[in-house]
Amino acid sequence: MAGTAVTPTRMVLNQLKGRLKTARRGHKLLKDKRDELMRQFMDVVRQNKVLRLRVEEGLTQAFASLQVASSIMSPEMLEQALLYPRQSVELGMDFRNIMSVNVPLYSFTTKNNDPSEIYPYGFAQTSGELDDALDKLARVFEDMLELAQVEKTMQLLAEEIEKTRRRVNALEYVMIPELEGNIKYISMKLEENENATKVRLLKVKEMVLQDAHNYKQ
Amino acid sequence: MGFKALGLEAYGVENAQDALAVLRKLTRESEDYAIIYIEENLAGELDHEISRYKDSPSPAIILIPGREGSLGLGRNALKAAVERAVGTNILGD
Repeated sequence: MAGTAVTPTRMVLNQLKGRLKTARRGHKLLKDKRDELMRQFMDVVRQNKVLRLRVEEGLTQAFASLQVASSIMSPEMLEQALLYPRQSVELGMDFRNIMSVNVPLYSFTTKNNDPSEIYPYGFAQTSGELDDALDKLARVFEDMLELAQVEKTMQLLAEEIEKTRRRVNALEYVMIPELEGNIKYISMKLEENENATKVRLLKVKEMVLQDAHNYKQ
Repeated sequence: MGFKALGLEAYGVENAQDALAVLRKLTRESEDYAIIYIEENLAGELDHEISRYKDSPSPAIILIPGREGSLGLGRNALKAAVERAVGTNILGD
């Protein structure tokens, strides 16, 4: 590692020392970021787990009700009843910033605010089971929306954590040791040069004195 | 079918190829869709396409159980995310 392509000069030494300092600071900051992201992530994961269970259960029930409805009514009637929706959903998307990760924030508005207005058919020709199924669906839908938000947040956070973790590791196990090794190499080399120069000077001095005065120290 | 009544746009598909085409249409040709729900039994074969959108903020592609009930694919997504972030599965299931 040490002695790769560094020139052992004082200038490079100073540069490397500066870089080491920056790397250490970056490492500390990134580590903090990773820890905080992880904490947020675990919260989101927990939420996601609960919501996922709720949605799956709700949907299963809703589909079961729909199944019952479709067995009571003729398929054509059912199709006709649901053909033209009365309700419409407007989905708004906003972004929230968690530790520099942009996560989506959904908000939805329905055209009809009255929950009893969601049925797009007259009650005369349809069975009560269909009402029941739609009611269940409508209720589970809010959870579904939240699930979408939480799940997306989770995915985005996971990606960011992965990236941050890689950076932390790269700094900790590659960058910083390499810089330290290079610094050590240069300071040793410099010391060596210094010693060599000192010895050379002593030698020269001796020779000069000998030449001038025939004098031995 | 029921989702249509709630004001969502629903697309019925026959098979995975159909689903892929619809999914591509929804994701590439327009930016209007923020959330796309896909039934689990279809999602299994669309894995590649779905994972393309995992890292982009929009759209969110969310798996929901189909008529047959939950296949556990949705929960797998959660596990995969945890594994990705932590490096190992710490949930213990």
